[in-house]
Amino acid sequence: MIAEIGQISLILALCTCVLMLVTPILYTQFQNGIWLRLSRPLAINHLLLILTSFICLTVCFLIDDFSVRYVAQNSNTLLPLVYKVSAVWGAHEGSLLLWMLVLGGWTAGVAFLGSKISAKFRSHMLSVLAIISLGFLLFLIFTSNPFERILPIAPEEGGDLNPLLQDFGLIIHPPLLYMGYVGLAVPFAFAIAVLISGTMEKEYIAWCRPWINIAWAFLTAGITLGSWWAYYELGWGGWWFWDPVENASLMPWLIATALMHSSSVTEKKGTIVTWTILLSIAAFSLSLLGTFLVRSGVLTSVHAFATDPERGVFLLVMLALFVGGSLFLFAFKGHKLASNQNANGWTRELLLVINNMLLVSMTIIVLIGTLYPLVSDILNLGKISVGPPYFDFFFVPTTVALAIFMGMSASSRWSTSNLSESMKRVILPLVICLISSIFVVFAIEAFSRNYSFSWSALITFIAVLWIFLTLIEDIHLKLRTKMVGVIKNKSFLGMTVAHCGLAILILGVGLSSAYSTQEDLRMKPGSSTYISGYRFNFRELNEIEGPNYSASQGVFDIYVGDNLRGSVAPEKRRYFSGRDVMTEAGIRTNLLKDIYISLGEPINNNEWSVRLYVKPMVRFIWIGGFLIAVGGIIASFNRRKS
Amino acid sequence: MKKILLSAPIIFFLLTLGFLYRGLENDPKHLPSALIGKNIPTFELRTLDAENVLTQEQLLGQPFLLNVWATWCYACRIEHPMLVELSKRGVKIIGLNYKDQESLAGDWLDDKGDPYIFSIFDPDGKLGFDLGVYGAPETYLVDAYGIIMHKRVGVLDERIWQNEFKDKYYALENAIK
Amino acid sequence: MRYLLLFLISLLISVLNAEQLITFSDDAYLKRYQNLLEELRCPKCQNQNLADSNAPISNDLKEEIQRLLEQGLDDKDIKRALTERYSDFILYDPKFNKNTYFLWLAPFIVLLIGFWWVYSMSTKNYISQSKDRDLEK
Repeated sequence: MIAEIGQISLILALCTCVLMLVTPILYTQFQNGIWLRLSRPLAINHLLLILTSFICLTVCFLIDDFSVRYVAQNSNTLLPLVYKVSAVWGAHEGSLLLWMLVLGGWTAGVAFLGSKISAKFRSHMLSVLAIISLGFLLFLIFTSNPFERILPIAPEEGGDLNPLLQDFGLIIHPPLLYMGYVGLAVPFAFAIAVLISGTMEKEYIAWCRPWINIAWAFLTAGITLGSWWAYYELGWGGWWFWDPVENASLMPWLIATALMHSSSVTEKKGTIVTWTILLSIAAFSLSLLGTFLVRSGVLTSVHAFATDPERGVFLLVMLALFVGGSLFLFAFKGHKLASNQNANGWTRELLLVINNMLLVSMTIIVLIGTLYPLVSDILNLGKISVGPPYFDFFFVPTTVALAIFMGMSASSRWSTSNLSESMKRVILPLVICLISSIFVVFAIEAFSRNYSFSWSALITFIAVLWIFLTLIEDIHLKLRTKMVGVIKNKSFLGMTVAHCGLAILILGVGLSSAYSTQEDLRMKPGSSTYISGYRFNFRELNEIEGPNYSASQGVFDIYVGDNLRGSVAPEKRRYFSGRDVMTEAGIRTNLLKDIYISLGEPINNNEWSVRLYVKPMVRFIWIGGFLIAVGGIIASFNRRKS
Repeated sequence: MKKILLSAPIIFFLLTLGFLYRGLENDPKHLPSALIGKNIPTFELRTLDAENVLTQEQLLGQPFLLNVWATWCYACRIEHPMLVELSKRGVKIIGLNYKDQESLAGDWLDDKGDPYIFSIFDPDGKLGFDLGVYGAPETYLVDAYGIIMHKRVGVLDERIWQNEFKDKYYALENAIK
Repeated sequence: MRYLLLFLISLLISVLNAEQLITFSDDAYLKRYQNLLEELRCPKCQNQNLADSNAPISNDLKEEIQRLLEQGLDDKDIKRALTERYSDFILYDPKFNKNTYFLWLAPFIVLLIGFWWVYSMSTKNYISQSKDRDLEK
């Protein structure tokens, strides 16, 4: 019964979508204000209907209604309550419902928070959002219905939620990620509305920017969390693998970062309007591409949903219509957008254009690397793999370039070209940064027994110090010339926090890859080993039971000299539902260093293969990532004067 | 000039779309053999239950299927009846017993029937490695001169026999008549 | 008696200390081994390298790589031995050959176009800009 309510709500939501789509057309036709006034109630209705459907699905999980196929596949009576709820979005059908819910939320947001834009413009935006909702709703109802029943006899017990997903990460990673992914539909709708109307006022881009910032911040947080989750959950100590699904989330993020910066230029100087509109279209297009890649089975990935080529065709058609349609519109109407004259010379504007160029290039490189195995296969050039060596090769220098120009932009001005002044301002930070970095890297080699000289550590320190020192120099100058108002400005504050976050992230990435140590050993209870200044003692091997699994647990004590610093207890779990064995790493951190131990395979009686890592500074990757997201949120609170 | 630039994104997108569409029919997990068109690797192993030492020379002279199997491989159990059926139809199949225990393998064949002319006993997986085996069951089609013509990873059923092996096998047989 | 004691003690030590899962005759081999495992793909898994995979084929390949290292082959030859059997699919670092010119060269071209774009954005002069606009009316 409850599943039926959920089903009906979806169908009603379909109707509201059609209405939301049609009312702006009726307004243009009949010029009657009533059609415009309907948009707000319709948006709220739509959201409430999707929410009802979502709640119905959740309830089905909570009451163990295994007559609903989706529940039977992804849950069972032993599943802990919190995972029964997060199982709602744990597989394809339910995660699409979450997608719809988030889209409904953003749509309602646009309907209610659009006071600075004209009702007509807003209604165009809502039409675009409604078409997208419509497409996904049709996809949901006809190919991926979470409410499908198993008839006539419902199973008594369900399958299981994939053990890898029975974790805190599942509770918040998809919602955060979708808030970002789907949130990019707002600037997308904005761009379409601009192209339709043929002009863009300065107030309009000013209105759109917080939406871009918030969606971007959520996407940043979602990706960061995903990386952290993979690190502690998957058991092999990696945090980014350039896997197609990971790339599918990175590409919209890179474009959204470029968009954030280019919309700032467009707002302040009225230039590069066409470029900003293109980026707005590209960002959500990449979200849609990502959705396709993850659910169609076209690329192999550890993270992919259960795939189905029939669904793939539907998604491809949606991709063709939405992205193709918007890019056609762009090709035909893009020239109508008026843009101011670009400033010449060394200005803030130029540096942000360089930033955009680098970010877009990086996106294209990731796209090429991700799709090339497919292209090569189709063109009969052979089946090849493109992995971390390729991506790292291009990403490292471009990231360093980004850092260099980010530092330069701190000393640049908006209006006037000031190359010589900029150069004077950066001399001191540059010198300090180079000398300190060289000193630090050699000091690390000299004073620690475990770490030797590393070029990547040196470059990391230079890049990070460069970012920090140029920021400090800028703040110092502003304080001295009494431009305190600028510092209190939330835009500036947000930018500072986000850039610091990026520096911290680079620090984490660079130092953990330069200085990590790893050992693969066979150990049995009682044995000890020395790594990187620590002594690890495999104290005992236990057999334990969890709510829905049994496990072999190894307890390792960590000593520095004779002091017991702590213990970790990695596990090898066998879930009762019969799926494959899962590894749960034992991690101990003091923020500056992670000790990571995971059990491999049992070798004989009580001997196990054990992998031990000491990873310095790896936490900073995610601390940095979250700080970037926080910076984005802060910046979106900026109140703008028109 | 501006028109060209404005059209670039849609052109780039349509190209990508084309590849993605073709990609839907494509199986990314399907890995063709690196040895197609090449000779069977040299080896020196003995047969299951016999003292003879074999080399690749003894495999020449007629086309055959080389089937990689093991008692620990669950899917091999599912595939086995099909192989027995094929051997009854006169198809020549040689087994490669891969990383297995001899006594278990012998009992398995006694129990389920032996479709193989003989099985090569490869307990360390040496020939398997040289062939590029990565997951039993696998079946290779080899011609009379020892050249590998086709490889299929996974269970060989009637449909796959009809689509991928049958015509080629009989063509190779006819060629040496 | 003394020898028995010595034997027992060495037994104890070997029992209490962890052993390297894979031992090499030369320590330099270990670093190369770990690097190779990260660059090579498990042929059977859903996109994992040999280092992170516990599939039987991965374990077999790890042993094979160990054997080849001990035989004194260099990295290039080890990779060649593997690609001869498992095709280029097994390399996460794609080769640079006529099939991958686009893959390796396109990024450079993209960056070049990017720099050209930046240059043109910063040096457009006012007259040509308004000329464009006049033509469009």
